Amino acid sequence: MSSLMHQGRASYAFFERNWNLTKRYWGWEVVFLVYNIVNAISVTLIGAAAPKLPGTKDLKIDTAPLILFLLIGTAVWSYLSVTFDGVTEIITIERWEGTIEHTFMAPISRFTHLIGSCWYAVAHGMLFTFIQLFVMAAFFHLDLSNANYLTAVFILLLGSISFIGFGIAASALPLLFTERGSQMSYIIRAVLLLVSGVYYPISVLPGWMQPLARVSPATYVLQGLRAGLLDNRAIWSPEIWSNTWPLIITGLVSVPLGFYIFRIAERYAKRTGKLKRNG
Amino acid sequence: MAIHNLEEMQLTENVVIDTTRDAVVIDGVTKIFKKHRPLLRWSRKEQKDEKREVRAVDNVTMTVKRREIMGILGANGSGKSTLVRILSTLLIPDTGHVTIFGYDVEKDERMVQRLINRVSVEASFFKKLSPMENLIYAARLYNMPGAEARAKIKSILARLGIPRDRIGQPLENMSRGMQQKVAIARAFLTAPIVLLLDEPTTGLDPRSKLDVQTFVRELRTVHDATILITTHDMDEAEALCDRVAIIDKGRIVAMGTVDELKRAVAERMERTTPITMNEVFMHYTAAHLITDADIERYGSWEKAFEAFEAQKEDEEE
Repeated sequence: MSSLMHQGRASYAFFERNWNLTKRYWGWEVVFLVYNIVNAISVTLIGAAAPKLPGTKDLKIDTAPLILFLLIGTAVWSYLSVTFDGVTEIITIERWEGTIEHTFMAPISRFTHLIGSCWYAVAHGMLFTFIQLFVMAAFFHLDLSNANYLTAVFILLLGSISFIGFGIAASALPLLFTERGSQMSYIIRAVLLLVSGVYYPISVLPGWMQPLARVSPATYVLQGLRAGLLDNRAIWSPEIWSNTWPLIITGLVSVPLGFYIFRIAERYAKRTGKLKRNG
Repeated sequence: MAIHNLEEMQLTENVVIDTTRDAVVIDGVTKIFKKHRPLLRWSRKEQKDEKREVRAVDNVTMTVKRREIMGILGANGSGKSTLVRILSTLLIPDTGHVTIFGYDVEKDERMVQRLINRVSVEASFFKKLSPMENLIYAARLYNMPGAEARAKIKSILARLGIPRDRIGQPLENMSRGMQQKVAIARAFLTAPIVLLLDEPTTGLDPRSKLDVQTFVRELRTVHDATILITTHDMDEAEALCDRVAIIDKGRIVAMGTVDELKRAVAERMERTTPITMNEVFMHYTAAHLITDADIERYGSWEKAFEAFEAQKEDEEE
């Protein structure tokens, strides 16, 4: 019981620390939020411009569903980026600040350390995404009154488990490669963007890419979110369930696998002296 | 202000400590760092000259008794910090074993972490956060409730001379000396049973050095803490340490009380006037350990020392 209390307290320490950092760097938070929103508007405007694009001259295109399709894609991409960054930067930030050794010699489990940092990333990502969604809805005069927000939150939270697993695995990269590890983790995000159907249905992907789409949790988060927000599907509906169970499986696999990879990387770093600030 | 008692720390509630044991046992520890071979090398000379291995700690064996203040003296790059990192569970030794009150730093990592804390030469903090925010974070990691931690933080920081109005200000606005004091407060806050101080007073003004030294002594007296301190400040070592070990190129070359080491070097140098710790240090970390044969060959200890230093400089050029 005492140990559980300790791990809970330590987990909260990471949440509180990250919240304090967010408050001190609030200017950057505003810049990042504006950047995300501007990016999302730019992408979604492609939907609004569809009837005027080359090759669509004689086609009758209803832009509203296209705009919503892209809007949800940008929202999920924003959520995935903020959450994934929050998780992968667990090591990068501490290495930058020089606190990494202090954290690694604290008497807490690595699970507590990583989960403590992750749940702030999830809350942070969720807040960003909903602000972005409302700004976008206002910009494009969209009616989201028919959307099922409960389903949206449920799918995002469930998908977050898998994103955390992927993020923890990626956060091992800065442990292994002290100078460029952080940038190397971008490749994982880029692949998720490519294969998950963020801005297009996965059916347009070449055949050999389709299996990758099937193992990407972002694919199911997007499908579930679109069903919830566009078609008002409830959590217990068959459409949502068909995306829920793959997310449960990817979560069950990716989180333990992420921890396992991180533990191997940590041991390697402790053997080679790479925990030290300057590598 | 008295440092809080060990009994208050919830962290050590269920830890069994055999106080009859030595606090720290280092047994045949070696740590070698390997440099990775670059993919492209520009010249054959570069290839030939490249030293692929650095033997940071070389077969070190020593013990530190409970309630002892043990100093490790060494030049920059002598292996002091690597040794402290091994004790702190941050590095895994290649060979040998280290135990803290019988707990192995590798196998019983979490248990060891509950017993120790460390102050490093760099004050490692989130610089945008205030001392209070940084220390609250540290306190929670060590299982201290927020309200209790706040009271203790204020008390320790006041004791170390940090003005009350700076406690809530970002650390980046503080001098290096003040930041180092906050780092020391962080280690004291968790009331460690073994405290590892890695050049803790480097960069501090003389008054702050004395404050820290007084605090370290008090930690031992009130809290029964065992303290291992690395330094290249000989005055500090002499003022603070019960015993010192001199480390050079990763090897322990001398160990004993300050008086024992001074006596041994005075005998070797055939000096009747008092020997300083600086001279002791220079003797043991000279380019070549000066033996009786060397003294006979060069005429005196000083001449032998100068000859070997000149020889070392020639070799390095």
